[in-house]
Amino acid sequence: MNESLHALSGAYVVDALDDIERAMFEKHLPGCLDCQREVASLREATALMADDAAVTPPESLRDSVLAGIKSIRPLAPEAAGPPSPGEEVAGKPEDGSMDHVVVPLRRRGFHLGRLVAAAAAVAAIVGGAVYQPWQGEQNPPSATLGPADQVIAASDAQHYSINFKDGSSASVVRSPSEGKAVLLTRDMAPPPSGKAFELWLRTKDGVMKPAGMMKSGGDHKLLLQGDAVTATGVGITIEPESGSTTPSSAPIAMFELGKADA
Amino acid sequence: MTPISPDSADSPPEGLYSLPPDAGGLAELLKLSGRGDEAAFAQLYDATSARAYGLAVRVVRDPSQAEEVAQEAFLEVWRTAGRFDPRKGSADSWILTLVHRKAVDRVRSAEASTRRDTTYHQGSQAVEHDSTAEAAHASMEARRVRQALHSLTEVQRQALELAYFKGYTHTEVASMLDLPVGTAKTRIRDGLIRLRDTMGVGQ
Ligand SMILES: [Zn+2]
Repeated sequence: MNESLHALSGAYVVDALDDIERAMFEKHLPGCLDCQREVASLREATALMADDAAVTPPESLRDSVLAGIKSIRPLAPEAAGPPSPGEEVAGKPEDGSMDHVVVPLRRRGFHLGRLVAAAAAVAAIVGGAVYQPWQGEQNPPSATLGPADQVIAASDAQHYSINFKDGSSASVVRSPSEGKAVLLTRDMAPPPSGKAFELWLRTKDGVMKPAGMMKSGGDHKLLLQGDAVTATGVGITIEPESGSTTPSSAPIAMFELGKADA
Repeated sequence: MTPISPDSADSPPEGLYSLPPDAGGLAELLKLSGRGDEAAFAQLYDATSARAYGLAVRVVRDPSQAEEVAQEAFLEVWRTAGRFDPRKGSADSWILTLVHRKAVDRVRSAEASTRRDTTYHQGSQAVEHDSTAEAAHASMEARRVRQALHSLTEVQRQALELAYFKGYTHTEVASMLDLPVGTAKTRIRDGLIRLRDTMGVGQ
């Protein structure tokens, strides 16, 4: 690729590039495995130089840091790397203020904690809004985001959401460019025993096509099977655990696609 | 030199720091911090703050500004700890990279002229040889690093130090060392590669 860009790796690692060179190099990095390896190994060498600089900090630093973290919520881990089974996200987000959210997301009077957290995580990679020594450069989004996260990260992602009376919520994110849609749920009540949630994509002819099963309540992030581009709606019904080929009951939720929130 | 094991119920006795945990220990502490574990984060702070603060002092020079830089960096470490991926590098270098970037941003945004005037008075700011285990450990390591730095050519070492400890761009380094424009970045890279290979880090 570009010879002169490779040569910037050392200067990059010691932050000796000007802003323009840095931006160019960070653009180059996700696509260049050699530079990624070199940057990682040179960073270890660089860190050693700091041994020589070690000075005991004032006690006030410790106090202010440990006091400061109490008002900052750690970001949820990225769903990077190979997609985990079902792309479920571990852990449960606490409610709280979300800083640094740069993905446009309209909230309809409820808190989309999980979706917002996921979107923020993605935004950190895609927008480079959050400086991450390891992320964004060694994790080219297209290579390491799971398919569901790629839909959420897509620049043309459309958001649709439904708020249930019991405080739970569900959202559909559809990306025409990815050709897929993702269902996100938050605090869903479990299905009745012996039953499961089945997800459907409604074709433009009004036919409901099976798009996946969700066997439990709680928080989920599921990539829907099927063509989401031409679908006119996403439905959730309660079905036998083995699933049905056509809905056996009226949907408990129906997302009308085409009138996006955001 | 027992690595701090966050899972074990017995923490080190009050007032006695264990030596810095090995890389795995720090990585584990980062992981726990990412889940909101404040006690793990305090351990992580104790194991890395001397290097983080010392690095900030080297670069920004003013101790109170260095304290601000280190504080910002640690808060960022806390906020983004869950994003750390141990497969891609050590916890130390991840943290120090954040500190260094913030320190360099600070000196670059401060008026450059002030810093230029005082460039060569470095090093004398109250570098007390202190008692924490981290600092003691770091100073043993530092001896090895200094030796390794001496295996570099003079120009490589100077270029590397001006960039890393003083926050100069490679273009500035070139003019300070009377190198043709564009060659300082090569010296920096060559120097880092030799340092890496001499110290046997980075796989
Ligand atoms: Zn490259």
